[in-house]
Amino acid sequence: MSTAETSTPAPRAPRLGSVRWISRYGTLVAFLALIAFNVFVTPNFLSWQTLSLNLTQVAAIVIVATGMTLVIATGGIDLSVGSLMAIAGALAPMIFLGSILPMPSPALGVALALVAPVVAAAALGWFNGMLITRYRIQPIVATLVLFIAGRGIAQVLTNGNLQVFRNEAFQFIALGRIFGIPTQVAIMALVVGLAAFVIRRTGLGRQIIAVGGNEQAARLAGIPSVRVKRLVYVISGALAGVAGLIVVARNSASDANLVGLGMELDAIAAVAVGGTLLTGGRANVLGTLLGALVIQLVRYTLLANGVPDAAALVVKAALIIAAVYIQQQAERA
Amino acid sequence: MTDLASRLAALGPLAPRSNIDLARLGVVAALILLIVFGALRYDNFLSSYNALSFLRYNSMFALIALGMALVIMTGGIDLSVGGTAALASVVAALFSPYHWAAGLLGGLAAGLAVGVLNGAVITRLRIQPFIGTLAAMLAAYGTALLLAGNQSVSVSYDSGFTEIGQGDFLGFPVPAWIALAAYVAGWVALERHPVGRRVLAIGDGEVTAALMGLKVERTLMGVYAASGLLAGLAGVILASQFGAGQPTEGVGWELFAIASVVVGGTLLTGGVGSIGATLAGALLLAMVFNILNFENGLGWISLSAYWQSVIRGLFLLAVIILQAKIAESRPR
Repeated sequence: MSTAETSTPAPRAPRLGSVRWISRYGTLVAFLALIAFNVFVTPNFLSWQTLSLNLTQVAAIVIVATGMTLVIATGGIDLSVGSLMAIAGALAPMIFLGSILPMPSPALGVALALVAPVVAAAALGWFNGMLITRYRIQPIVATLVLFIAGRGIAQVLTNGNLQVFRNEAFQFIALGRIFGIPTQVAIMALVVGLAAFVIRRTGLGRQIIAVGGNEQAARLAGIPSVRVKRLVYVISGALAGVAGLIVVARNSASDANLVGLGMELDAIAAVAVGGTLLTGGRANVLGTLLGALVIQLVRYTLLANGVPDAAALVVKAALIIAAVYIQQQAERA
Repeated sequence: MTDLASRLAALGPLAPRSNIDLARLGVVAALILLIVFGALRYDNFLSSYNALSFLRYNSMFALIALGMALVIMTGGIDLSVGGTAALASVVAALFSPYHWAAGLLGGLAAGLAVGVLNGAVITRLRIQPFIGTLAAMLAAYGTALLLAGNQSVSVSYDSGFTEIGQGDFLGFPVPAWIALAAYVAGWVALERHPVGRRVLAIGDGEVTAALMGLKVERTLMGVYAASGLLAGLAGVILASQFGAGQPTEGVGWELFAIASVVVGGTLLTGGVGSIGATLAGALLLAMVFNILNFENGLGWISLSAYWQSVIRGLFLLAVIILQAKIAESRPR
């Protein structure tokens, strides 16, 4: 967790207090404890099947949550991600099934179906960023517009109908494997790795953190805060698009009413449990991955041991509160 | 209390901000225009059937928007209202066989409990309202599903419980009376009682409000409790109107309530807000949907029900851009 920790020029504490220690390694410890618990309690936990089940269930959430981490690092929030997933998920089958315009070749159709929806989602992300920077609208309100309208657009595009399909080439992004690793997990790893690299090693990463830490100061220091902000919303939109493609490819069906429903909250929860402050100025991408894994593992542990899914929701709520509380205590310490 | 009120009244930032008042008038004007448009264009638009079923159905959303407006005026947010309404509808349905009042009180108690929990998490643990109420939403849905056993719970039809949502009083739907009473109470509290000044002062700046000796924590607690209570009331009406407690209902209600509040000219940064304009905002968003139904009925266009969210989104977009323009032109 500490590897991806980047903060606004904050002096490192010479000695870690206990609260601080928990805040830094708490999620990791919880993760390891959950694994240890399952190894002893849950039958057949240590199997490829369990691993790949949990990783594939978490892949889409992590991809969206990575974009959300960058947005939150700038002090913003993106409520539109679930709706953008629905739009991308609606567009892709329409493209390769040829219902928008006839496709001369199936290969072209699939290629287009993989690119165009992501571009569309990125463009809508740019629209979010434009509302926020040009009109100075609060991110929560600006992205609320596409949260409401976006799912409507997806439903209007498909007339609310379920699109069922079988297309091996397209579905490779979810059901395929690269060197034995499920493609969606590989995409997830790539996205997380890239984002962690950008945040830790590049000027852009430092600019994102600076804008979230103190926008005024960042602007005075010559950081193009408007451009940085627009960019994070474009990235968040594009990643939501990718996640939308993965979800419909995995289901062999696209239902505009359901794709990405509630995803904004899952992603925010993963970011919060992962230790990124929701007030901005921090980005802990690996923490977000760990946060999503902990939430998923808690749910899996409860389900595998006969606790109903509804109770898992209550536990998730307590988990979010506890994680944020510890994080804030450490911040004050 | 009186010297507190006079101290607050002397504060500049709390004086009416003319541009925002103008924007509020715009919302009311838009609502009136839309009603006139509907009355002229559609035969049965002003029929008592349409008007009464419009009021009956939308009272729930108006109640939720009222609670949300109060919370937002303090600079907070309450994402738990949809889950709270779902939980309250289940509790009300479970209690409804004993007595209609048991159903009502049960639902209200459930809503109040979530609201108090929100208030405690936000004031005691100092967790941001956004996160605290998000967690409360998950917990409320989880509890509702557990209590209901993952299915809807039908209400008792013998105890008179269904009258709360389906009955009439003096020719108007009972839910509309309930919403009206809640809005009058909300208006009195905000505009005619020191607590309203406290709410707005906290929204303007929590630290300043605390330094002035205002009971910030107690006020915040009260505001979240009120929002929970109103969401509970909406849940009771939901169960009563549709004959069942519905543990999966209410998804996205919080965001529509926020949209109503924003359309009503309340700034999400807190410190400014109006109860009347919030009602106008909620009615305006609902009216868009009603007009769309009538327009489809005419047969000139055929917009599927799915267009309503697109149109509502565009509406919200227009309003917030307008507000942004007004804010820009405001002399500082």
